[in-house]
Amino acid sequence: MPSSRKSKADIQWDKYMVYFIFVGVFIVFAIILGNKGFLNVNNLVNILRQTAVISIIAVAGTFVMAAGQIDLTVGAIAAMTAMIVSLILENTNSIFLAILVGVGFGAVIGAVNGLLVTRFGLPAFLATMGMMQMIRGSAMWITDTAAVPISNTTFCNVFGIGNIGPVPVLVIWTILFYIVGIILFNRTPFGRHILATGGNEVSAGYSGINTVKVKMAAFIMSGAFAAFGGILYAGRLQAGRYSYGDGDEMSVIAAVVIGGTSMAGGTGSVIGALFGSILMGMINNALILANLSSAQQTVVKGAIIVLSVAVSNLAQKRKGN
Amino acid sequence: MSEFVLEMKGIEKAFAVPVLKGVDFSLKAGEVHALVGGNGAGKSTLMKIMTGVYSKDAGDIFINGKIVPIHSIHDAGRNGIAMIFQELSLIQTMTVAENIFLGEEVTKNGLRDTRYMNNRAKEVLDNLGIDVDPGTVVSSLSVGMSQMVEIAKAVSKNAKILVLDEPTASLSTSETEHLFQLISDLKQKGVSMVYISHRMNEILRIADSITILRDGIIAHTGAVKDINLDKIIMHMLGDGRGNRFHWVERTYPSDAPDLLTVEHLNINHKLSDISFSLKPGEILGFAGLMGSGRTEILETLFGIRKIRGGTIRMKGSPVTIRNTRDSIKAGFALIPEDRRKQGLVLIHSLKENAILPKVTKLCKGGVLVDEKAANEMVENNVRDLGVVTDGIHKRINLLSGGNQQKIVVAKWLNMQPDIIMLDEPTAGVDIGAKAEIIELIRGVADEGKGVLFVSSELTELMAVCDRIIVLYDGRITGSLSRKDIKTEEELQYAIQQEK
Ligand SMILES: Nc1ncnc2c1ncn2[C@@H]1O[C@H](COP(=O)(O)OP(=O)(O)OP(=O)(O)O)[C@@H](O)[C@H]1O
Ligand SMILES: [Mg+2]
Repeated sequence: MPSSRKSKADIQWDKYMVYFIFVGVFIVFAIILGNKGFLNVNNLVNILRQTAVISIIAVAGTFVMAAGQIDLTVGAIAAMTAMIVSLILENTNSIFLAILVGVGFGAVIGAVNGLLVTRFGLPAFLATMGMMQMIRGSAMWITDTAAVPISNTTFCNVFGIGNIGPVPVLVIWTILFYIVGIILFNRTPFGRHILATGGNEVSAGYSGINTVKVKMAAFIMSGAFAAFGGILYAGRLQAGRYSYGDGDEMSVIAAVVIGGTSMAGGTGSVIGALFGSILMGMINNALILANLSSAQQTVVKGAIIVLSVAVSNLAQKRKGN
Repeated sequence: MSEFVLEMKGIEKAFAVPVLKGVDFSLKAGEVHALVGGNGAGKSTLMKIMTGVYSKDAGDIFINGKIVPIHSIHDAGRNGIAMIFQELSLIQTMTVAENIFLGEEVTKNGLRDTRYMNNRAKEVLDNLGIDVDPGTVVSSLSVGMSQMVEIAKAVSKNAKILVLDEPTASLSTSETEHLFQLISDLKQKGVSMVYISHRMNEILRIADSITILRDGIIAHTGAVKDINLDKIIMHMLGDGRGNRFHWVERTYPSDAPDLLTVEHLNINHKLSDISFSLKPGEILGFAGLMGSGRTEILETLFGIRKIRGGTIRMKGSPVTIRNTRDSIKAGFALIPEDRRKQGLVLIHSLKENAILPKVTKLCKGGVLVDEKAANEMVENNVRDLGVVTDGIHKRINLLSGGNQQKIVVAKWLNMQPDIIMLDEPTAGVDIGAKAEIIELIRGVADEGKGVLFVSSELTELMAVCDRIIVLYDGRITGSLSRKDIKTEEELQYAIQQEK
């Protein structure tokens, strides 16, 4: 909520910690890896390109988690959507149809997740975990694990490899999604309804908010955004492959939480999620530049996630909340 | 040795603004010491300092004449101080015995000795005259019983000083009696108690000493036998704010067509045939024992419970209420019984809470929330209701209990409903604010709106209602015009009657 920024006594450290950590980590890398090309403009833009999908899914992830829910299907939806989109493109060559069906698919899965949680009372964690496996399995099944290449260059340019001037389209897409996400979250009644539902569902209900609808909307949004992430994977790699987005659900959750959204719901920051996502991308990049083996990279990445969440929690506790 | 078991001297505490400004507080052995004061005066803060929940900025705490540092609840516990919080802190899914021994489980060969702990818990409970099986799971107990279990837990840990913060706010009359019995037993056993309450009749009845806080300073301290209600109010408020807490006969067009007509409302097997009507401008009270169905009726009109049968008409035309949104659209508002669970989002700011039901209507061009208008509305609420806060962006759970309640009221007044339903709206609210809220309710009714009012405090019902419906076990057993009720006893008698 932007409102809490106005009173000095009320600064919520957990929300701002991500910026401090971000700047700190950036400076450290700039010093240690400056001579290995970390500060090179191409390298920095590359980080943004590589984190675009996670960043975009994390916009919706913030809504889901601020509403007190969790969505583990996003990685699988991205993979399945990439398959669907490339199959449609190869068969009809219609970009419009491919996007429509792809995003529609994500939205439908989101709706199913929402129904499982709101109508059948499943915990979001288990409902979306089951759905994740079904979708990922289907993505493998549909072409028997074979990749589907995309030959439509317009599609690949617009959704993956193109540039507008010096700026990669992926970065443009990220910015667009964040503008929409921030306005939706901070400025519309829907954003307030999300926060109230996550903060105290009973009280939100007593205030006349349809909490079922709010949660449905968050899941549908998450599904649709994940599908768009899948479209960007397909465009960037010019093919559909069942293995895209493996583990993205975890990266999204980490980005959102590092960005200052509470896992328990009720608080959240969309722009924080962007910094969370880029922070992780930056770390990835630096570890590669530092010539760490992939095993070592994994260990360090994990440690940094634990550390940043711990630091923001400590700051929060010290405030006595 | 000092005659006081506990003394606090020169206590100071500031959050954003000073809350306690050099407070002295002394507690004698085996006395019940009432701590009273307006909402936000600093009562809870003072007690939280004594029990180590908050740290103090200045001052000292003495126990039996010796200065002791209290930095945590553990320090307080070691010194025999325990606090019964209003939000009960028992673990709902565990049994009574497990709760009593929490953190100090007795083991045999490394395993929990359940038999021993149950027996020992039973002894403690019996000793205090609390009639509950130690094997009962806490979630199945009434609020009153959970509270007594919590007291038993403190006593079993050898607490010599017990702080009770508004313990009767959510208790029924008989539960309150039971609690008073327990308090007097504890007194016999030499336990000293600090008793915080906004209910003056309780204080005059059970307390030995009284300390009155006003805006963070001691306005008065002394024996209860030397003081009376008027003086307490005078010290508390410093002016005549409490005076409006009297019944004034109101006029409303009693021959006007009904604003609300409820006929044969069927909610469940207990409440199966409820009929009543409400005129514009009328304040209709519901009296009855806890469990008599008062809350259920309001919740049903607000769409929280399913309606099994019967009709509801607004200004003559039938309305269908399937959920809260239907009800709000029809013109209802409900200030619910439990503000922490139902009324507020505790982790959000005062402003966010106050605008919540209205937020969809507070839009510029129908899309974006008009923050300026929202801020203005909430600033007005704070001013009109006299909410003590250092800003509208303060987290609501940092406000004192009574001020939180005022925000719940504001939240619904902002919606400008046709019918406003209030369920125990003054629980935890100080006398001055009570009078303000009652004045507010009258004002709303004077504008031609209807008010349905539920309260366990008969004084309050008698002060505000034009007519009172009496419920007994889900049935309407009477409808009394306020004019015809001479005394509180008369109403009390009506409530107890099965008929
Ligand atoms: N943790 C906190 N942070 C900031 N302000 C606080 C905090 N706790 C209390 N306050 C402020 O201190 C003041 C005194 O609060 P306190 O809870 O002691 O009042 P009280 O006398 O118990 O009132 P009530 O009768 O309404 O419960 C209030 O204005 C409140 O907003
Ligand atoms: Mg208090």
